[in-house]
Amino acid sequence: MTSMVTRAVGAPVARLEGPAKVSGAARYAAEYPQDHLAYGWIVPSPVARGRLDAVLIDPAEEDVLAVLWYGNAPELAKSDDPELAVLQSDEIRYRGQPLALVIATSLEAARRAAQAVQLEIAEEDHDVELRADHPDRYTPETVVPDVPAESSTGDVEAALTSAPVTIDVTYETPPLHNSPMEPHATIARWDDQDLILYDSNQHPSGIADTVGAIFGLPAGRVHVVTEHVGGGFGSKGTARPNAVLAALGARVTGRPVEVVLPRQAMFSIVGHRAPTLQRIRVGATEDGILTAIDHQTCTQSSRLLEFVESASVVTRDVYPVPNLRTGHSVVRLDVPTPRWMRAPGEAPGMVGLECALDELAVELGLDPVELRIRNSPANPRYVECLRSGAARFGWSERDPRPGQRLEGEWRLGTGMAGATYPASAMPSTARVRALGAGEYEVAIAAADLGTGARTILAQIAADELGVPIDKVHIRIGDSTLPQASVAGGSSGSASWGWAVTGACRELRAADGSSDEATFDTTELVQQQKENRHASGAHFAEVRVSTVTGEIRVSRLFGMYDGGRILNPRTARSQFLGGMIMGMGMALHEESVLDPAQGTWVNHDLAEYHIPTHADVEWIDAAWLDQPEDDLNPMGSKGIGEIGIVGSPAAILNAVWHATGIRIRTLPARLDKILTATP
Amino acid sequence: MKTFDYRTATGLADGLEPGAVFLAGGTNLVDLMKLGIATPDVLVDVSRLPLREITDLPRGGMRIGSAVRNSDLAADHRVRTAYPVLSQALLAGASGQLRNMATTGGNLLQRTRCRYFMDATMPCNKHLPGSGCPARDGDHRNLAILGGSEACIATHPSDMAVALAALDAVVQVDGPTGQRSIPVTDLYRLPGDTPERDTVLEHGELITAVDLPELPVAARSTYRKARDRASYAFAVGSVAAALDVEDGLVREVRLAFGAVAPKPWRAFAAEEALRGRPATRERFAAAADAELRHATPLRDNAYKIALIRNLTVSVLASLVPSTEPAAQGPAAQGPAAQGPAAQGPATQGPAESATEEETR
Ligand SMILES: Cc1cc2nc3c(=O)[nH]c(=O)nc-3n(C[C@H](O)[C@H](O)[C@H](O)COP(=O)(O)OP(=O)(O)OC[C@H]3O[C@@H](n4cnc5c(N)ncnc54)[C@H](O)[C@@H]3O)c2cc1C
Repeated sequence: MTSMVTRAVGAPVARLEGPAKVSGAARYAAEYPQDHLAYGWIVPSPVARGRLDAVLIDPAEEDVLAVLWYGNAPELAKSDDPELAVLQSDEIRYRGQPLALVIATSLEAARRAAQAVQLEIAEEDHDVELRADHPDRYTPETVVPDVPAESSTGDVEAALTSAPVTIDVTYETPPLHNSPMEPHATIARWDDQDLILYDSNQHPSGIADTVGAIFGLPAGRVHVVTEHVGGGFGSKGTARPNAVLAALGARVTGRPVEVVLPRQAMFSIVGHRAPTLQRIRVGATEDGILTAIDHQTCTQSSRLLEFVESASVVTRDVYPVPNLRTGHSVVRLDVPTPRWMRAPGEAPGMVGLECALDELAVELGLDPVELRIRNSPANPRYVECLRSGAARFGWSERDPRPGQRLEGEWRLGTGMAGATYPASAMPSTARVRALGAGEYEVAIAAADLGTGARTILAQIAADELGVPIDKVHIRIGDSTLPQASVAGGSSGSASWGWAVTGACRELRAADGSSDEATFDTTELVQQQKENRHASGAHFAEVRVSTVTGEIRVSRLFGMYDGGRILNPRTARSQFLGGMIMGMGMALHEESVLDPAQGTWVNHDLAEYHIPTHADVEWIDAAWLDQPEDDLNPMGSKGIGEIGIVGSPAAILNAVWHATGIRIRTLPARLDKILTATP
Repeated sequence: MKTFDYRTATGLADGLEPGAVFLAGGTNLVDLMKLGIATPDVLVDVSRLPLREITDLPRGGMRIGSAVRNSDLAADHRVRTAYPVLSQALLAGASGQLRNMATTGGNLLQRTRCRYFMDATMPCNKHLPGSGCPARDGDHRNLAILGGSEACIATHPSDMAVALAALDAVVQVDGPTGQRSIPVTDLYRLPGDTPERDTVLEHGELITAVDLPELPVAARSTYRKARDRASYAFAVGSVAAALDVEDGLVREVRLAFGAVAPKPWRAFAAEEALRGRPATRERFAAAADAELRHATPLRDNAYKIALIRNLTVSVLASLVPSTEPAAQGPAAQGPAAQGPAAQGPATQGPAESATEEETR
């Protein structure tokens, strides 16, 4: 094809599966009809630590097919993830741990019997409380994803001592839970020796590997179907206990078994964003040039697995600082294992860093936008986001002094913060087939969490093949398709798009001699440019009631560099979604720990607050749309997470500007305002 | 969820067998059943009884049938003009979908949202008498500062009930021993040593209606609710008020607080302190303090004292007609504007120690 009339990439194409979703035709994991389907209900541990001695059930319970616990459950092969060794040991490591699975012929019967089960438990003392002076605190070797826990350049202490202006602050972020709209859910069925899993996840290929290994099956004998996913935010990146329990139940009962987590279980067995205690010290010249930063994060993990939220890592990359030290310490507690949640590391880390910089700007008497520009000599795209974002938001009219604007009972203020997120791709393989009559099928085991991944792959393929988008049939969400990397780390479009591009180009190069091509990016991806980032700037206007202390966000604006924007419609939705989640992080979200009970007590969505529509008054995002051609064939950078990076800090900084009150323990809520003195 | 039987109530004198409970909109009861906290043997559906009318009472005032949906009640023209506080309170609660299902009777008898009560695996003197109350040392940021006991500090979550308490509403009840009338302010029990009982109702007593007396002051009334997000959240503090001011003096006033006690808290002491006195912000604040003097906040809920005080001043000030001198000046002036409400008796004692910890 020589002349392309319209390019699909860059067009605001609506999500291909939209009509199926709004009409209810789209099938989610628990919606695949099965003959003789049985239902599993998890019996969670009511204690955080102890030993399970027995599980007793009233034999008169009707419709119950099996009650599985470690005393009778089939043995499983070891897994890298000890939380997947369900029903394999009498040790209780956290409250909410699955102790038994009741399987019954109806959901109601399974739940009723699970609630009536008697557990004999020898309870032990537990410790679930993260403290910066915890005696068991240690420095891990690596932090998430797999980078050194510590870094040091120059002489931080000396530079801090000699710096004319310094800041020394501690910011605390609470435990957070992803809680996507669709809970984790699996239907498992054994077809002879093959295991079929209808499962809600972010990585069909990975789930097939992991669950296969646990049941001693090669990945080829596990078939994971993940056609539609109602969100994940990181919590569905790896197999969770629901998949293993459903497969176990199906094996024992000989029937397909469904395990859908109730909302309450979404607050235990699928992970959380670990709380962080971040101490940040910053030194600068009187002109606002950063001379030293020390960013130390203390966080928690479970007894089962070391997973360290890497909040200090982001500080290694954003601003060049001659004397820089970053580090992490972790305390292993009797809690569920923390896991990935949208922008792990960056989201909490940029609360600490970007709020500390706001405090520095005040100390210096320097505009916070200007402070960041001065410290970004080699980051022109970031500077452009700062400048252009400030202009569009109307930043220049701002009176830097706090507490100056009062409208009725409301104090008004504005704040800003930078944003950054690594741009990367992971190995994936795609296959394209000519179906005849100018139609093509593109296949890759990617997962679309509602982001528009399916649509973007169709756009990419359409342009590469030189056909209109409706000639491209996309198959994703199935582990039997060519293997794909996880929908995570904002890398999906880059990774899968790269493989799709490669396959399409090969098919066209074959020039009719073949009607199928497959392309594996593993080698190319290994040569990709290191340490590249998407960047951005967030601006917020808030108002704070002098009567109630209530905080409302009147305006929230994000200006981004995401390389080439493949689809402005779905991209905008990702940016705004990230920003709204950032608003939640700043103002609403908190899993409230009861140390004595050993768990979080607000474990449903009536009590664990996320923003509602009414909280989002005015929100917008814009972007530079400049391809970064040496990154990948599309010139794109991931955008799924950057919206939550920095937006919380922008809001907190605006709260300070409105009131003169620095909230350093998130979330900022009315009680903290009411009891604070500016 | 325990297996249960279901039947439709056919008449008022239907009676309720042991182990049976009434079902109205089901928006609270069914959740509690799923969680294993309510375990009835029989549900008797009363939502189809002929109790869905809003009628005028012969001697003035209105009768609201107990099966009237929250949305319908909030939209009723007479309610919106004669008792705006009630309409506003209803609309400040829950979500559109829930209000379409929820009924007047069910709303009054909805149970606390205390997080320990809502979890069957937790100790809680309300759902398992004698098992203890973890909230005192644990999570109580949104629990009671007034009327609680060692055994229980749960708050009543209803917005509507706060307005009804301010309006002198009377609950009409029909039961095994006949009919009786109970003022809303007497419907709820304080927990004492028996927090498992929320109200004075006996088994089998059906709420048939709620009567609103003719109350001219209510035409000038309003409800303000503070919450942790803009919508779809229970109150962390709320105030229902009606006010009549003449020549700068308070002629008549009604005041009730929400989310601070096991019941909607009618602020009788505050009303007393206001009647016949100048309608000024200072007086409003002093009246709130008179009511809050007996507050016994815990580690994390002392902020409610400042919150209720500020809300009271702001709500009452908003009800002063603009022709009255007290209405002058921006809302943020005067004592209500102070963040910590450091002055005044209400914030002495435990309130201040908690203040330091929360922010730094
Ligand atoms: C997510 C969520 C958010 C909410 N937010 C708010 C909020 O912000 N503010 C607020 O005020 N409420 C809120 N609610 C609660 C809601 O208002 C109540 O669930 C509702 O009013 C209950 O009414 P119902 O008719 O559904 O009662 P049901 O659930 O049917 O019954 C509740 C109780 O009342 C009893 N009962 C019902 N009718 C009668 C009768 N006629 N006589 C005797 N007993 C009776 C039942 O036996 C049961 O014990 C929220 C609820 C949810 C789920």
